[in-house]
Amino acid sequence: MSEPIPPLIPWPDGDERAAVGFDGRTLLRITRMAFVYRWRMAVAIGATVLAGVAQILIPLLIGASVDRIHAVLQAGLTDTRRGESDLVVIAAGLFLVAAFRGTVTMLQSYQGEVVGHKMANELRLAYYARLQSLSFTYHDTAHTGELMTRGILDIEGTRMWVHTGILRLFLLVVLLGGGALILARIDGPLTWVALAFVPFVAIGASLTRLKLRSLWYQLQRELGILTRIMEENLGALRLVRAYAAEAFELARFDHVSARARAITHRRIAFFVGSTTGMTLAFFLSMGLVLWIGGERVIEGRLTVGELATFLTFMAILQQPVRQISWMVNSIARASTCGARLFEILDMEPAIADAPSAVDIPDPGDGILRFENVSFGYETEGRKVPLLKNVSLEVGPGEVLGIVGPPGSGKSTLAHLISRFYDPDAGRVTLCGVDLRDLKLAALRRAVASVQQDAYLFTAPLDSNIAYAEPWFDDDALRSAAQTAQLHDHIRTLPRGYRTLVGERGVSLSGGQRQRLAIARAVLPESRVRVLDDAMAAVDAGTEQAILKALAQTAAQPATVIIAHRLSTLRGADQIVFLLDGEVAEHGTHDELLALDGRYAALYRLQTMATA
Amino acid sequence: MNEVVSETTSPDATAYRRARRRPLALVGSQDQVEEELFGAVFDGVVLRRFWAFVRPYRRALWIGIAGVLVFTATQIAMPLLIRYAIDRAIAAGADGLALLQTLAIGFMAVVLVNFLSNLAQELAVGRVAGHLLFDLRRAMYAHLQRVSLGFMDKTEVGRLMSRLQGDVNSLQEFLETSIFAVGDLVLLVGICGVLLWLDPRLGGLTLVVVPLLLVVRVLWLPRARRAFLKARETSSAVNGALEENVHGIRAIQAMAREPLNFELFTSKANDNLRAHMRASRFGNAMVPVVEALTGFAMLVVVMVGGGMVLDGDLELGVMVAFLFYVQRFFDPIRSLTVHYSMMQRAMASGQRIFEVLDVPVTVYDSATAKELRPVTPAIAFERVTFGYDASQPVLHDVSFTVAPGQTVALVGPTGSGKTSITALLHRFYDPQTGCVRIDGDDVRDLTLKSLGSHVGMVLQEPLLFSGTIAENIRYRQTGITDEEVMEAARAVGAHDFIMKLPEGYATRLVQRGANLSQGQRQLLSFARALAADTRILVLDEATANVDSETERQIQEALKRLLDGRTAIVIAHRLATIRGADRILVLRQGRLIEQGAHDELVREDGLYARLYRLNHGSFDDLEAADDEARGGHSPQPPDAASGTVIST
Repeated sequence: MSEPIPPLIPWPDGDERAAVGFDGRTLLRITRMAFVYRWRMAVAIGATVLAGVAQILIPLLIGASVDRIHAVLQAGLTDTRRGESDLVVIAAGLFLVAAFRGTVTMLQSYQGEVVGHKMANELRLAYYARLQSLSFTYHDTAHTGELMTRGILDIEGTRMWVHTGILRLFLLVVLLGGGALILARIDGPLTWVALAFVPFVAIGASLTRLKLRSLWYQLQRELGILTRIMEENLGALRLVRAYAAEAFELARFDHVSARARAITHRRIAFFVGSTTGMTLAFFLSMGLVLWIGGERVIEGRLTVGELATFLTFMAILQQPVRQISWMVNSIARASTCGARLFEILDMEPAIADAPSAVDIPDPGDGILRFENVSFGYETEGRKVPLLKNVSLEVGPGEVLGIVGPPGSGKSTLAHLISRFYDPDAGRVTLCGVDLRDLKLAALRRAVASVQQDAYLFTAPLDSNIAYAEPWFDDDALRSAAQTAQLHDHIRTLPRGYRTLVGERGVSLSGGQRQRLAIARAVLPESRVRVLDDAMAAVDAGTEQAILKALAQTAAQPATVIIAHRLSTLRGADQIVFLLDGEVAEHGTHDELLALDGRYAALYRLQTMATA
Repeated sequence: MNEVVSETTSPDATAYRRARRRPLALVGSQDQVEEELFGAVFDGVVLRRFWAFVRPYRRALWIGIAGVLVFTATQIAMPLLIRYAIDRAIAAGADGLALLQTLAIGFMAVVLVNFLSNLAQELAVGRVAGHLLFDLRRAMYAHLQRVSLGFMDKTEVGRLMSRLQGDVNSLQEFLETSIFAVGDLVLLVGICGVLLWLDPRLGGLTLVVVPLLLVVRVLWLPRARRAFLKARETSSAVNGALEENVHGIRAIQAMAREPLNFELFTSKANDNLRAHMRASRFGNAMVPVVEALTGFAMLVVVMVGGGMVLDGDLELGVMVAFLFYVQRFFDPIRSLTVHYSMMQRAMASGQRIFEVLDVPVTVYDSATAKELRPVTPAIAFERVTFGYDASQPVLHDVSFTVAPGQTVALVGPTGSGKTSITALLHRFYDPQTGCVRIDGDDVRDLTLKSLGSHVGMVLQEPLLFSGTIAENIRYRQTGITDEEVMEAARAVGAHDFIMKLPEGYATRLVQRGANLSQGQRQLLSFARALAADTRILVLDEATANVDSETERQIQEALKRLLDGRTAIVIAHRLATIRGADRILVLRQGRLIEQGAHDELVREDGLYARLYRLNHGSFDDLEAADDEARGGHSPQPPDAASGTVIST
């Protein structure tokens, strides 16, 4: 019956937002955040209560007008003038109450929204700052899409709590409680009939809303998969064509699309079924009130005006009762969204300034030292050692080359220099000070590191290059681009240095990106320079030109170059061969050749292939 | 949006400010949100084409419209029944009991019809709109599979995605709202009609508020819309900045831009807050006006209508019915204006969708297209001239042949036409003059499907999909057995690393295979090509450098892959170039030299000069050529530089 599942269907990202939960502590915390805006909240709540009262007054006034007229008519047509003047008072009252209701509704709604937006703004800023400060250990494991949904959808879900949660609660209590009391004083039994639909609609609507919520997340999950399929396909269209895989690709698309379509239709059926069902319940109640109430009027136990009051009150109550479901939804939403947000906001960054952190000694000796450094990553609760007892030293103006097979710990070593991680044992020092005792910002500004995979910001070339040094001057910028052998290419672009690059801009080749990253690292004056396989996509000729230019820059930082190509390390003062996180060989190029170990073997492998 | 160039003030930022200039800094993209075009409400062309998609569901659509009309009628009928209950039954006292019963049952019946018609219309419209959403997306997606690659090269995936998602959604909304708009319009007209019918004088007087409401609403709408739009724009600017903070966090921390970025973000976030507060003011400003006008209408009904009742000119129930209707005036007006903006937006979306559907398909099977024979064929380019833009050829009069089983290496600088040659062989494009033959047949006479299954291709960028490793190796050929998958992986030397992964061949690759190294991805794309087992192979060698061990594996895999196939390789590495049977040297779209490595070296042309320069990548051809002509002496062949070429 079920068709076979085609291959290559992406799996969904985990998403716990679908959870239906009630988290009192989280709700309390959000509520407290809202009440920081004490006056606005006071105004909003006051206005909400007044709006509810005004809402109840309208059916009473309508009933009064009908009764007044009815009474005059019953009394015979002699006394119409007095009836008319009463009517003027009631009519004016209706107008004033309606206008008043409009004004307070505006007030409560506006103040509620403002509090929500202000709170969201605070959360957004705190979230942004927290993400900035969380260290690599966190970002390594975090899912970027997930961080985005927290920053967008969860903040939104939390914000809505003020308006759809707190304020609505007040309105419902006033309306339902006050209304029921007043109606009951008019006619107890009829009140039961009139409000019979309330529990039905409230419970039905809430269950529906929660069900719809879970269907919505199911749908989002399928749509997420569909998006992934489309994105991958459109990004790889050349490959799709090359393999004549159009039919195959469409089958993948159709499979997921059909699943999403089925959920969409289920949602529609569910939603429509429940909303129309609730309307039915409401109108049936109204029909009963008309019937029974009409009989009671005929029996003289109720006036026509009171019947009109009942009917109008019901009409007014229809909307808010349905909104109970929104409130229930809001509770679930704010509970999960808030909890997810606070989880991040409450996180302490693993790497932060020590209270006694100092600036880098100036001038200082400028020496970068690794002293018996060991380090490992945490994977599934287990430490996997990556660096073992590494000791190194590079002075200003010196170049240290690092080679080694993949996984030998080269990049990890580079990361420790910028203090993206802290060593488990031993220490890394700059100018003789442990990096953990330096101010983090000062250290990161002193270390210019170029990673393998250069991130491009969606911004013009000049702000991209000047990312670390936004107060650059044009000459410095140009000379940095020249050093990175990028200037000539930039000149050929129509907008030159103002050309937009990055995700939505002009695309750069891998080599150009790497050169940009190098220019970025050259621009600020740094004490340490780290090139982590930074020229892998740059051709060898250009690489030599860059190395030459780097050696000629005015600043003479301590330089660490990690490379696969041994030619990159031609100018290195010393070379380290890393193997399984340990320094296997250490010396100058000639010394290492003479040693005839792994370095020499690698050298032979690379040169032999040429012959 | 303007660039955010902010004067920063925090002590942290000031600390490292060197000059008293403003920083050239921004967070997030400074790009506009894809601008919201508000088209005309009715665009005949868009509507006509849209209809083609609605047509299959037109039955449901008619049901929906009929449902809307019946539903609206029942809504109008209910206050009328209340009116009769008051005036005819209740007023008659005990004699009216029977009539009251009839009217109440009538009311229930109307309620039931109301329920059924509501159910029918909502279900019908919802389903049609849902189908439409998926159908339109499917049509666009299927079309994109066939359009010219030239178009795809020029178009960002993100922009297409926004059409596949946002624009399709707004057309779905359009269908829903336009039908409900019909209901609202009928409701408004119906209420007005009933009021005038019940009592022309009181009706006329009460209805004065309707044009007033309309005028206020229409005056308010454009301003409010600007405010809402601004709020949306600032929201997406803030989210863009947040996204950058998430994706670029490593670069941001490495360059210690946190304090400055936080300030820039704060100013964006505050702009956003202000825009939202302004939008909120606009959103709520209408409430008291509407309520006051509704109150005014009630005032008229009670004062004037009440007076009329007292004078015996009007029945009491009519007045009550008036009060019910009056409170419902504004709902349809409000939804109509909302629908109006939605329809405008939908028209703009429709234009964008049909723009995509109109991108021409330039390459398709001819009527007499045939299948390729399953042999290892020869390839011939005969005087091929081709340009993506016909006026700017990137290949000029290129002719060459590749014998069955031979490997030919293409060498030349970026932009010399290497990629175009491979694209033409696979018939991604058709040449302007000349022809490309496989096994003697013009590729234009072969089916695209058979080209796809006989011409394998390995792209420079090893594109992988979210799925398991085995699925990626199989790709389209779902019939390949597990053993064959493993055999292909073993042949290219990928088996070992695959087995070391936590779930072996069942290991799921994350997006674009980011959990594998560059070299591993390369090997997988080789395995995929090998598993496809095509007789012709087109290979664009990766330029990125990988570690030497992987490099050795790749070279061996390459040998395995090329063995026994007719192959064209865009080569960057000397090892690959020297392994080829023949080398074609391209420059500015012309074939300038061809022959075996030794021949070319002997000929002492450009290739020979390059080879002697020992410059590593042959992509530097142009630069190297200049250098050679400029008489610079080649770099000293010192120990390390000799290695450059191989890695």
